[in-house]
Amino acid sequence: MEFATKAKITWCPGCPNAAILVAFRQAVTELVNDGKLKPENLVAASGIGCHGKITDYLNTNTFTSLHGRVIASMEGIKVANPALTIVGFSGDGDSYSEGVEHLVHAARRNSDINLFIHDNQVFALTTGQATPTTPVGFKGKSTPYGSIELPFNPLLFMLASGATFVARSYALDIPKTKEIMKAAIAHKGFSFVDIIQPCITFYDTRDYYKERLYWIDENAPKNNLSDAMEAVRVAGGRSSGAGSDKVPLGIFYRVEQPTFEE
Amino acid sequence: MSAPSHEDVFSVGIGGAAGEGVREAGASLAQLLTDLGFEVFVGFDYPSLIRGGHNFSRVSFSGEKVHCDHSPLTILIALDEETLRIHKDELNKDAVILADTFEKEYAERFGANAVTLPMKEFAQKLGAPPITRTSVALGAACYLLGVAPDVMAAILKKIFQGRSLDANLELATAGYEHLAKLGFRQQERLAPHGAAGATELLDGNTALGRGFVAAGMDIYFSYPMTPSSSILHFLAKQQKEYKIKVIQPENELAVVHMALGAAYAGKRAAVGTATGGFALMQEAFSLAGMAELPIAFVVSQRYAPATGGPTYTSQGDLTFILHSGHGEFPRIVLAPGDPQEAFACGADALNLAWKYQVPTIVVLDRELSESLETVPALDPQSIKIERGKILEKPSENYGRYQITDDGVSPMVFPGAPGAVVKASSYEHGEGGMTTEEAGAIKKMNDKRFAKAQGIANELKSHEAAKVYGDKDSSNVIVFWGSTKGAVLEAAKYLTEPAKLLQIVWMDPFDAEKVAVELAGAKTIVDVEANRTAQLASLIREKTGLTIDKKILRYDARPFDPLELTEKINALLT
Repeated sequence: MEFATKAKITWCPGCPNAAILVAFRQAVTELVNDGKLKPENLVAASGIGCHGKITDYLNTNTFTSLHGRVIASMEGIKVANPALTIVGFSGDGDSYSEGVEHLVHAARRNSDINLFIHDNQVFALTTGQATPTTPVGFKGKSTPYGSIELPFNPLLFMLASGATFVARSYALDIPKTKEIMKAAIAHKGFSFVDIIQPCITFYDTRDYYKERLYWIDENAPKNNLSDAMEAVRVAGGRSSGAGSDKVPLGIFYRVEQPTFEE
Repeated sequence: MSAPSHEDVFSVGIGGAAGEGVREAGASLAQLLTDLGFEVFVGFDYPSLIRGGHNFSRVSFSGEKVHCDHSPLTILIALDEETLRIHKDELNKDAVILADTFEKEYAERFGANAVTLPMKEFAQKLGAPPITRTSVALGAACYLLGVAPDVMAAILKKIFQGRSLDANLELATAGYEHLAKLGFRQQERLAPHGAAGATELLDGNTALGRGFVAAGMDIYFSYPMTPSSSILHFLAKQQKEYKIKVIQPENELAVVHMALGAAYAGKRAAVGTATGGFALMQEAFSLAGMAELPIAFVVSQRYAPATGGPTYTSQGDLTFILHSGHGEFPRIVLAPGDPQEAFACGADALNLAWKYQVPTIVVLDRELSESLETVPALDPQSIKIERGKILEKPSENYGRYQITDDGVSPMVFPGAPGAVVKASSYEHGEGGMTTEEAGAIKKMNDKRFAKAQGIANELKSHEAAKVYGDKDSSNVIVFWGSTKGAVLEAAKYLTEPAKLLQIVWMDPFDAEKVAVELAGAKTIVDVEANRTAQLASLIREKTGLTIDKKILRYDARPFDPLELTEKINALLT
């Protein structure tokens, strides 16, 4: 099955959203080829923001929700038909700002859905305002004198909320992102992946991250909550705006718990 | 009060603090009377608190249909002194007042009609919880109403099955015998009446929920909010029997978006809320219109703006509900006036949502949601489930929004091999892909509105507007929702004949029929529980007819039929 469509891609040329799209197409193509996923059982949902255009570029069942509401849409689809594999794309504006209440409750109830956040640390489709992951001091159209709000740490928030699969990837590392997506889909329960995605137009962090990103040990145990919290707290450096911190990537936490749909 | 004759209707009032079982006692008495074959209506008045305050049940019954509870009372059961203070002026000339004790003031005022009934003491002696003392009152009321003791016992066994049956039965008997020993006068004319079993005692919320279930609802989504919560409670309790799922998500936004997701996945989903909660769902309502997702809403009005009077009634949200959601798209809005209509409208709402792939709304109000009424037993078999256009074997180039003559595109659900199902909040082409092109936008907008013609044709096969009373009268009274009960009850006592016109379908609106019914009327009176006469505005918008005479109540209380009678009589010529 060919997962591409004929729709004209309208992301900025060079936008890392396209890398996330490629990683996802590769991930689901491999799952289909390996007999692990029937294409008709895949539903890809999105919220609204630059990320939300992705549903037009996927030749599969899609549900393009409203801004901030994609998680609730996904939960409804899953509860109606648990045989479906539900993947949702969202943004830091979409799910950390507008729809954050759905994020915490989906994690809490361990709904068996997979959420990939295109975390570009800025509202891009509305041409550059601060989001909950934008660092202090960011000068955007709504914060011309610099953002004064402390950003939050989405991974720590998800661990505290009861998510059973918590990971972070980097959009421009397509092979690793693809593997994390496959692992998330294989996980039974709420899978959360924050994908760092530089916005080359409104908040270009490519150079910043080049120095700081590193992958954690794939073979380390993933079932210890306090270790996972400690690991992602280090990653808080990104959120606090402090310049020198390293930013770890990989799967931090993975445990089996009863799901909402069970 | 210089009330018109109401001798055929008996009313029993039960008052006490919240938590004392006032509501349950009213419901039990009403169930007993219904089982005896009487027509019963129970109104509840309670403030928004859990303990204390003043709760009141008013049980009105008769051998003939009672559309609404009313004063004056034949029996007043006072579980506290507050009840005597508040309701002392609502009594019939010969009303009997039952209380544990009477302060001197009330003993003198009521004289021989004050009956000391040691409810607390009886319950204490039995070691039963204080709340069971209402059963003593129930037994005493049965005595006064002339119900034979064995008949009472047989019915109470059914009512209290699994709810401290022995204690409740014993206390009812104690109450009955206490009055028998006093040799207190009994109502002779109230012997068992009619055929039991053909009727049942129902509130609007329960009837509505059963309508959804009869029409094949798979999942009910709701966040608690008075006065819609009892639908959630009822369906949650019955979910295994009905083989449905009942889900209470984190807030109203999650409620409606989960429901839309479920509809996309092929399940018949319904959403319940109060008007405040529905205000939170507006953007999603618009998504249902755009993505053509079938979904039925039940929205119960309560006094507003804002938090308003949470447990008090209103019809102040008709205009708001009719204009739900941003953007233009067809929808269906139904406003039943009693539990039987709530059942039918619930079923219609779900069926029509699927037939036309539009959002549908059933509008209730607190008075209809929570009042109990004897109605002909509901018949789920009378409801035919309409599934709409569903494609079993989609072709490879299936498009969810395929243009059709009637505007209704065949539905396929994710999981169907070979088909790609795309739903979107963006304007889209036939395949569901985003479009911003002028021609494509107009084409899809036209397709959605092509459905409006089919929806309008539904008016022919449904009672969109109902006529009661003197159908040839040049006096016409128009109303909607729970106000139907008060108007039909008031109509029993009008000095002039009048035609009674109830609007049930608000959108689409049967302008043709309403215009015909109003044509040539000398006097038209609009009766609504709101300040701005929203139904009169709608009638003017749809028919061009202006209604000058209005009876509007906006103190968050339902109409009292006898007060309403006087107001209508003053306007009729």
